[in-house]
Formats: sequence, structure tokens, C-alpha cells
Amino acid sequence: MEDPVIRLRGIRNQFGSQVVHDDLDLDVQRGEILGVVGGSGTGKSVLMKTIIGLQTPRAGKIEVLGHDLTGGDPAARAVVEDNWGVMFQDGALFSSLTVRENVEVPLKRVPGLAPEARRALADLKIAMVGLGPEAGGKYPSELSGGMRKRAGLARALALDPEIVFLDEPTAGLDPIGAAEFDRLIHGLSRALGLTVFLVTHDLDTLYAVCDRVAVLAERRVLVTGTIEEMARVDHPWVHDYFHGPRARAAQGGA
Amino acid sequence: MAHLFDMVEETGAETRELALSGRLTVFELTEAQAALDALPADRDVRVDLSNLSRMDTAGAWALERLRDRLEAAGHDLTLLGASDALSQLMTRVDHAIAEPEPSSQPVRRGVADRLAELGEGVVTAGRGGGVFLGVFGLFLARLGRSLRHPSEFRLTALVAHCEDVGLRAVPIVSLLSFLIGVVLAFQGATQLRQFGAEVFVVDLISISILRELGILLTSIIVAGRTASAFTAAIGSMKMREEIDAMRTLGIDPAMALFVPRILALVLMLPILGLVANVMGLLGGGIMSLLVLDISPAMFLTRLSEGTDLANVLIGLSKAPVFAIIIGVVGCNAGMQVGSNAESLGRQTSKAVVQAIFAVIVADAIFSVFFAQLGV
Repeated sequence: MEDPVIRLRGIRNQFGSQVVHDDLDLDVQRGEILGVVGGSGTGKSVLMKTIIGLQTPRAGKIEVLGHDLTGGDPAARAVVEDNWGVMFQDGALFSSLTVRENVEVPLKRVPGLAPEARRALADLKIAMVGLGPEAGGKYPSELSGGMRKRAGLARALALDPEIVFLDEPTAGLDPIGAAEFDRLIHGLSRALGLTVFLVTHDLDTLYAVCDRVAVLAERRVLVTGTIEEMARVDHPWVHDYFHGPRARAAQGGA
Repeated sequence: MAHLFDMVEETGAETRELALSGRLTVFELTEAQAALDALPADRDVRVDLSNLSRMDTAGAWALERLRDRLEAAGHDLTLLGASDALSQLMTRVDHAIAEPEPSSQPVRRGVADRLAELGEGVVTAGRGGGVFLGVFGLFLARLGRSLRHPSEFRLTALVAHCEDVGLRAVPIVSLLSFLIGVVLAFQGATQLRQFGAEVFVVDLISISILRELGILLTSIIVAGRTASAFTAAIGSMKMREEIDAMRTLGIDPAMALFVPRILALVLMLPILGLVANVMGLLGGGIMSLLVLDISPAMFLTRLSEGTDLANVLIGLSKAPVFAIIIGVVGCNAGMQVGSNAESLGRQTSKAVVQAIFAVIVADAIFSVFFAQLGV
């Protein structure tokens, strides 16, 4: 079923003379978990920042949930911003706020929501990402890296968005923590009906959670498809990526 | 916004039937909760979800709260028409709802608590003084070491810091002391003219600038500029574990970071003070010429007659002490930075306040000291 919630057409990103993306097209379908992979410097994070509006492309069209974001219409932007959540690499929690207050920040956008309900919903989200009740009152500096990522996910999910952007969710976690995080993303995305845009390097994550994979290379989305389809792609980088020793190990484990 | 959430209620003898339609998300929560809270918990409730276009965790939470309320009253909540995803969501939310925490009562603080706080404050302040002396001692020890082992001394870093704290501060120091000279001449002229003693304005300017204001003003500017820069530079290295990395590589942070910085200040502050003196006198001289018609020749004669070289020396003799205070406060605050950005900001502003405070206190001590000496 073709129902893209994110449509990119002809995206061009350029820093000085260095072209990162050129004529890049990508569709993300509703309810899927799309893993975005690519070598270092292929602009995975730049692509994510382009979609969420932190980076303005030189050319191209970005459509999210049917709203054109390249036109700079603030009303369309506001609608879309209520419907997406972003988890940055290290959580990017506000260091002067407790975890609970961090999760409450997006909830403050909801008009008329009582403070008690806001607090209860924040606690609910904190519990749903697998943090204990005592974590809510802690400051980000008192948390471990894995807990900060979970708290960042709780903040990204605070408004029950339709789309969630995750930037390297498992980077820097131990294998057990990473596997738990994979299960968490998978479970939550199915239960909440999320569309997940996941930038990752982690092959285990790709095999464990992703419905589809998009490979960034040669300044564009080289190929998209399921993991099984990736194995048949005849491109040197894609071949090395999905047939390397680590890929075989991850495949065996999945 | 339009009426998005709707609830149709039908009360039977045994059960109450609720048909929900529209959206039940966090944006409709307030409305939905009001409707659900209004239901009396006097019979079993059956909720039909099949017409809901969208429900999120907030909606599930509202339903779970209704379920808790009904179960407390000995009744049941049944959900009808929930899709697989919805029932999965309800289960997850049910698992995640935390046991109500015992709300913490705000603790009343008695006199004893306040006294204890005061005592802790005093002890912390005393410890802060101890740490300051510790860093100062560390600086002296490493300075001595670099005298014995000149190869360990970082000349390049020293020169770079000299440029940063010295050369780059010249414009701002010059401008501000020039303006202070102007202000002193102008104010002095207005007051002294009443007594026909205009010519003493030269003494007023020269003594106050050479002895006190030149170096004090310079130190305050440098404290604001450089103490904060030291704290930010060392603090961000501390934050990114660069200091720890240095230690593992056998590099002594005090040797690599403190010595060049503090030494650069000790070398540069007297020079900046001298620049401030000259610019202050220049400003005063120009203003005297404009307001009081004191010619430059006359100004210079009066300057050499009325002012002792001792005034200049007393002023500049304070510079190394102020330099050490500023440098040690800045470096020490940098080492106190924790692992988050907030503590970096806090320590930076603390370094500036402490450095300016300590410089002014030291200046006051110097005044008393020199007065006792009679110079």
C-alpha cells in the first residue's frame, strides 16, 4: 500500500563546494520502520536534519503528512511539528530540567492540559520507555548514556507523534542495552502505530527492527528495500555492507 | 478547534454503554477526561471504541483511570471493538501506569536547619579558600619545576596566551582608562575651580590613576575577559575528558594548562597597567587642555613636580598579585566544572565574580598596607 508520510523529491544539500545530496528522492510509508544506512560522511544525519527543518536544502521538495514544508508556511509547520518527535544521538535532554520536566516540555504545547495530567502523562511515557519511577526526578547528568537515550525517546514520544526520527539510537550502548532498545523501538512502534525514520550504523538494529532499509551513497538514496533485497543488490558498498563478517553475524542472530 | 471527541452515553439497568467517536488523543484529553470523570461509578461500563479514528497513550491512560475508578467501586470496564493495535496499546499503558507515589510533604525548616546551612556555607567558603591556595601552590611548584627542567616548559603556549590576554586586551584597556582620565579631569576641574585651584587637577589625575585606578581598572577588565576565558577553556576540556586523557598520557594538566596561562597573566598585567596609566594621563591631559586651558608643557611640569615615581611603582607592584589572583581563580573554576554544560556556565560566571571580588579585596588590603608603611 502506497501511503507515504514523508516524500522527498530532488533534494540537494551543499556545504560550500561540497555536495552532500544531489537530486535525492525518498518515500517513507506509513507505519513502517525505515533504517537509513550509509558510510561516514554520506549525509545520513544531514538528511534527517533536512526533513525536520534544521537544515534548509538548496533545492527540492519535502512533504510530511501531505504538508509541503519547503514553502515555509508556518501553519503547516506547526501541524507537522505536533506530529513528529525527534530523538537526538545523546538524547539532547535539557540539562537544567529533570527527566520528567523534559518530557513535559512538548506536552506544554497542548492547550488546556492540566498540570496534574501533564505530569501523569510524563510519568507514563517515562515508564513506557522502561525507566523506573525514580528516574523522573533526576537530572540528565545523573543518568547513564542508555538511560539518557531512553529519556530522549520518552520526550520524542510525549505527544504520541505519528513519525519518530531516531538518530543512532543504539550507538554507545552495550549489546544487551542495544538489544533492549531495539525491542523497545519495535514494540512501541507497533503499539503506537509509529512511522520510524531511523539513522543507524548498527546492523543488529537493522535486522531486528527495520521493515525497510534505505542506503545512502553517491549523494542520493542508492536503493531501498527489505534486508533480503539488500543482499541481492549489485553495488560494491552495499555488497560489502550486507555481506561483511558483521552482517553475517547479525543475520545469524536475528 | 472543532468538536473532535464525542461520547454517547446509554444507561441500562446493569451496565452503562459508552460509544466513543472522533479522536481521543492528548489534544482532546481535557475534554474526554471531563466527560469520563462525570460518570458515576455505580454500574459496569462497556466502551465501544470502534468509531474512534485515533487514540493515543493519553486516551488509553484516561480509559485506564476510569477502569481503576470502577474497579475500586467493585465494577468492571469492558472495551469493545478495539483493534489489535489498540488492545496492545491498552496493555502497555496498563503495565506502565505507576503506583501512585506518596507525595512528598514540603519539609518545614527550623532554626537548627538554618544554622546548619549557615555553618555549611562557612565551611564551604573556607574550603574554597583552601582549594585556591592549593591551586596557587601547585602553580608555584610547577613553575619551580619548569625552572629546573626548562624542556618541560611550554614556551609556545605561553606566547600564545600572552597574545591573548595581553595584546588583544590593549584596545579595550586603553579606551576605558582614557575615558576614566577624561572623567576625572572634568569632575576635578568643576570642583577645584570653586577654590581657584584648577592646576591641582593634574595632581588629582596623576595620583589617582597611577596609584589606584590604572591597575585596578585593568585588573577588573582582565578579570572579566580572561578569568572567564580560562574557566571556559579548561572547563570544556574537563567536560570532554581531555584532562583525564592528558593524565593517562603522562601530561601534567597543571604544567600544561595552569603555568602558561597564569604566567602569561603575571607578565602581561603590569604592561597593561602601564598602558592604562599612559592612556589615563593622556585623557586627563587632553581634557585639562580643553576645559582648564592647562597647556601640555604645564601639565608635564606639574606632573613631574607633584607626583612621585613611588606612585607608579606602588601601582604596578600590585599587578603581579592581581594577575595571580585572576589566573588562579580562573583555572580553579575550570577544574571544578562537572560533566554538563550547565556547570560550565555556572563556573564561568562564578570565576568572574570571584576574581573581581578578590582583586578589590586585595586592593583594599594593599591600601592599608601602604598607608601603614607611610609610602
